[in-house]
Amino acid sequence: MKRIERQGFGQFLFYNWRFDDDGHPRDDFNLNEDQYRNASILVAGKNFGCGSSREHAPWALLDYGFKVVIAPSFADIFYNNCVKNGILPIALNQDTVSELFSKSKNGYELFVELDKQQVSDASGAVATFNIDPYWKEMLLNGWDEVSRTLSLEDQIKQYEEKQLVGE
Amino acid sequence: MEPKTIIEKIWDKHVVHQEEGSPDLLYIDLHLVHEVTSPQAFEGLRMNKRRVRRPDLTFATMDHNVPTIARHIINDPVSKVQMEKLEENCNEFGVEIADINHPDQGIVHVIGPELGLTQPGKTIVCGDSHTSTHGAFGALAFGIGTSEVEHVLSTQTLWQSRPKTIEIRVNGHLGSGVTAKDLILAVIAKFGVNAGTGAVVEYTGEAIRNMTMEERMTVCNMSIEAGAKAGLISPDETTFLYLKGKRHTPSGEAFDDAIAEWKKLATDPGAEYDEVLEIGAEEIEPQVTWGTNPSMGSSVYARVPFPEDYEDPGDQKSIKQALAYMDLQPGTPIQNIDIQYVFIGSCTNSRLSDLRSAAEIVRGRKVHEGVTALVVPGSKSVKNAAEAEGLDTVFKDAGFEWREAGCSMCLAMNDDIVPPGERCASTSNRNFEGRQGNGARTHLVSPAMAAAAAIEGRFTDARKVKPLVV
Repeated sequence: MKRIERQGFGQFLFYNWRFDDDGHPRDDFNLNEDQYRNASILVAGKNFGCGSSREHAPWALLDYGFKVVIAPSFADIFYNNCVKNGILPIALNQDTVSELFSKSKNGYELFVELDKQQVSDASGAVATFNIDPYWKEMLLNGWDEVSRTLSLEDQIKQYEEKQLVGE
Repeated sequence: MEPKTIIEKIWDKHVVHQEEGSPDLLYIDLHLVHEVTSPQAFEGLRMNKRRVRRPDLTFATMDHNVPTIARHIINDPVSKVQMEKLEENCNEFGVEIADINHPDQGIVHVIGPELGLTQPGKTIVCGDSHTSTHGAFGALAFGIGTSEVEHVLSTQTLWQSRPKTIEIRVNGHLGSGVTAKDLILAVIAKFGVNAGTGAVVEYTGEAIRNMTMEERMTVCNMSIEAGAKAGLISPDETTFLYLKGKRHTPSGEAFDDAIAEWKKLATDPGAEYDEVLEIGAEEIEPQVTWGTNPSMGSSVYARVPFPEDYEDPGDQKSIKQALAYMDLQPGTPIQNIDIQYVFIGSCTNSRLSDLRSAAEIVRGRKVHEGVTALVVPGSKSVKNAAEAEGLDTVFKDAGFEWREAGCSMCLAMNDDIVPPGERCASTSNRNFEGRQGNGARTHLVSPAMAAAAAIEGRFTDARKVKPLVV
């Protein structure tokens, strides 16, 4: 949490799992294996991202190179923070996630199509997923949420006048 | 008119824009800012050439990594940069700041109410999950991420989906010497850390009505620990009395007008919640957590549980992991657990009444050998008020360290760290692995229980440590 930029958090991702006390990569952690070096989809366990409101967690995932996280469930604030940073969190049922865990090795490739809300591999569709239409549109169009809100400036102004905000 | 909960009343009044298939755009009345979650948000404004829309509704302070001993010696260069950056950003964007030298400085959730910035019916946000504290005043207050901080700075609004509503009804009276902290820890132990997911909680019932504002703040503070987005309490005479004469509260006739408005906020008789949870206040005893999330706690008279006591294999596994981290044997009486550190402070329990209740036990006694004990007041004004009553002397005479205001050992972002393997009786809100320092073991308790533990060197029922006449 101790930076003033959004970039540069990737080096701290899962730090205590990736590195030992001397800062050397641990052999027994799978992100350190060659086959996972350039992975951009992270498959994870339930209630992924539970903790606090800090956005430093998705910043670390993004900076490390992850674009999609697949898990059986996510913590509320973490899910929102992912979407707001262009990471797609996908909730799939436990069985499908377990299956992905066992398949994800030796160059296994997974494709995620947000417009079709579908996850597939070389043998075809693996699963479909749900996403709030608002979040979907935001991710697909790469919206800047602030710009969208600023286009409603007149309404914000009207609200302030009517409610006498700050008076 | 259909009866409404206070949650719906505040929500409906703040909707700026509504459309099908989209969350509601809510107006934000008060945005509190601190040094850790704001630098990237201000940077975003700068990059996009945007301004802070309402500097008059924005207020900043430094709390998370301020030193609590020598104010000007900041050993960690990153802490220093974060504090300098906040100063710089506030100056550039015209935001009022209570910096480290300012008489109003303190933990953001302590000073908001102290200054009267926190008021009933307001929507309040801050880049910090314990923003729920302000709900004690009947405000809708919740924590947000840094992207949302940027959004509020530039638009004074937020896109939010309407939450579920939960009533947590506390029936009857708390026993003498049982505190607000014991109540909220018991609520979380009973209903779990996911009880409030996706919801806003309203606390109701006799025990809540009888609480002072500082006690209500302790309860609402830990709403997030039950998974809730926010927790609040309908305002009443206790609320209005607290707010009277505060710097940012209206005065004179305007105050009477404000009260008339605030009185309309309380949940209407017959209003329905999505869910109602009940707990009897009488059944609650002083609490101590033994695990690594706030629901893993029990009465001081209980024993550390056996993983096999739990049916769910997932629960068994997490209890096992928690006890391994905490280095506790199942079946150990809570009162046999020795502690090496005591921390009295944090946005949960660092207000004047908290320090008084701890001092009452400490007065005329000595901190147990081998225990390091800290008192960190929540704000400079709490510190001054405590010193005016001589509480600092009571603590120092007993062997406590008396520090400057800040978040301190609650999350160990400054130099106040519990060393690996050491055990701390802490009045803070989170007992996660590593929260108070790498390998540190946290037990959450009330200020009175922390004080009693400091004296005894282990957990004991604070009600039995009678005040000495000195």
